Amino acid sequence: MHPAFSVIFLTTLIGVGQGLLLALVAGQFYFVIGATDIHESGAFYGLGSLIAVAFLGAGLVSSFFHLAHPERGWRAIARWRTSWLSREVLLLPAVVGLTVIYGAVHWLGWNPVLVTFTNLKALDLTMATGFVAAAASVLLFVCTGMIYACVKFIREWASPLTVINYLLMGGASGFTLAAAYAVMRDSALGDFFAGSALVATLTAAVFRIAAMIRNRRLAPPATLRAAIGVHHADVRQVTQGFMGRAFNTQEFASPGGAAVRELLSGLFLALAFVVPAVLLLVGWLKGGAALFAAAFACQYVGLAVERWVFFAEGRHVQNLYYQRAA
Amino acid sequence: MTQLALVIDLNVCVGCHACVTSCKEWNTSGYAGPMTDENPYAADPKGVFFNRVQTYEAGCFPKTETVHFPKSCLHCEDPPCVPVCPTGASYKRKEDGIVLVDYDKCIGCKYCSWSCPYGAREFDAIEGVMKKCTLCVDRIYDESLPEERRKPACVLACPAGARLFGDVHDADSEVSTAIRENGGFQLMPEMGTKPGNHYLPRRKTRLHIHEDELVRADNPLKIEGELPKPELAEPSLDDVTSW
Repeated sequence: MHPAFSVIFLTTLIGVGQGLLLALVAGQFYFVIGATDIHESGAFYGLGSLIAVAFLGAGLVSSFFHLAHPERGWRAIARWRTSWLSREVLLLPAVVGLTVIYGAVHWLGWNPVLVTFTNLKALDLTMATGFVAAAASVLLFVCTGMIYACVKFIREWASPLTVINYLLMGGASGFTLAAAYAVMRDSALGDFFAGSALVATLTAAVFRIAAMIRNRRLAPPATLRAAIGVHHADVRQVTQGFMGRAFNTQEFASPGGAAVRELLSGLFLALAFVVPAVLLLVGWLKGGAALFAAAFACQYVGLAVERWVFFAEGRHVQNLYYQRAA
Repeated sequence: MTQLALVIDLNVCVGCHACVTSCKEWNTSGYAGPMTDENPYAADPKGVFFNRVQTYEAGCFPKTETVHFPKSCLHCEDPPCVPVCPTGASYKRKEDGIVLVDYDKCIGCKYCSWSCPYGAREFDAIEGVMKKCTLCVDRIYDESLPEERRKPACVLACPAGARLFGDVHDADSEVSTAIRENGGFQLMPEMGTKPGNHYLPRRKTRLHIHEDELVRADNPLKIEGELPKPELAEPSLDDVTSW
């Protein structure tokens, strides 16, 4: 498939934003269930939410470049009952809104206790808002992943691994950014975020490698014989019917050959997983905000390359009909 | 329920592309505006077509069989391209089963084309909307046309008569009969799309002439040619004399 830069930036940028939101909520929850009385300031979560909103907003802007008619984009909420794309279009602004609310209640210090449990722990407004926002964020990951996982005519994508990978890779980049942010602000959450980011990055690497192994072993979903219904043992295309360009020969073709994809696969494994993991580990042990910032920057570039490869390695069934321009 | 569709006879198609050009001509000047071309008369042209004729070859040279294969939207009964459309621009008409795109609602996200295993949809980059075969929905109900002309442009254009148009749910229709009697099949039925369009396979019609059809088996003298002509006054006998 042809990798569109608008979609590469959309999915990676909102992944960072959603992951950062999950990290902030997880960090707050970490303190709430903890034994100590340490808490982060409202401003910490407020500014963190603002950064998450900036990434989500950048992704939203990027998505408009994918549409030929962005002015009709609002129509895309119509078919949420059947279309994962429509569900994503509904959820993305919802996550932005919930992140704004989450940051705002923290910033303004509106924190009435909603429920007090028997162990004397309390659910306050900021934590409750955080849970709702985090749930929406996870659902948005599922929607984004399902957009690709439900295309059964591209076998490389039609797998639960697609959804898992969108969640894990977005989460990993968000936790890495959270670690950089917390260390820069000298927050007590720095260690928690650094450790979580390391675990998320390594888990994401495992599942991405699993997807790579799966994709190497995939059999083609259909044969040319089934495609044209001529059940001869030896059938081949003589001409696809035209010699010029067409939508079908561009949208469904991956630029570069298998060698380019192999090269870039190695590159993204290094940039998105190995190098950030090392930087996170060194940063965690020795400290230093610059290491975490470098880990995030490196991981983002790596995930953008990963997304390019993800699209390029998708082979569509319709390519059976477009094999020879003659 | 009605399911209008095409039946394409691969045994008859000669690969002349008359349906391709006729489709382009009719639909580019039709109700939905042009099917745009980029660099149509220059190097590296690109254009939108609803219908393409492809050519395949089976067997090993010189013992080969050429198959010309016209390909357009199959108007599936369970079209995977329709539910994925986020705006509802892609829809299947209940009354006749035609799958259409509302060009005023399409946002040009191309997601529907990913969900078509046949590559039947073509994105119009100039108008920014997805396009596809409409089964000439602006022709087939046009009462200003004589009734026999109310057919898709490709069907009318085919000089060999390889394309039939009708309701595949009506067991008595011309298309259903053709499918039933000639081994009609659907493309990639394992994809679960239930295509409305059907294809008829290549069928060889051979004339077998046996020796007894060349030589009259009932010739009592086992002689071909003129039989003896006795005098008029003499008696004549069927199969023995030439009178």
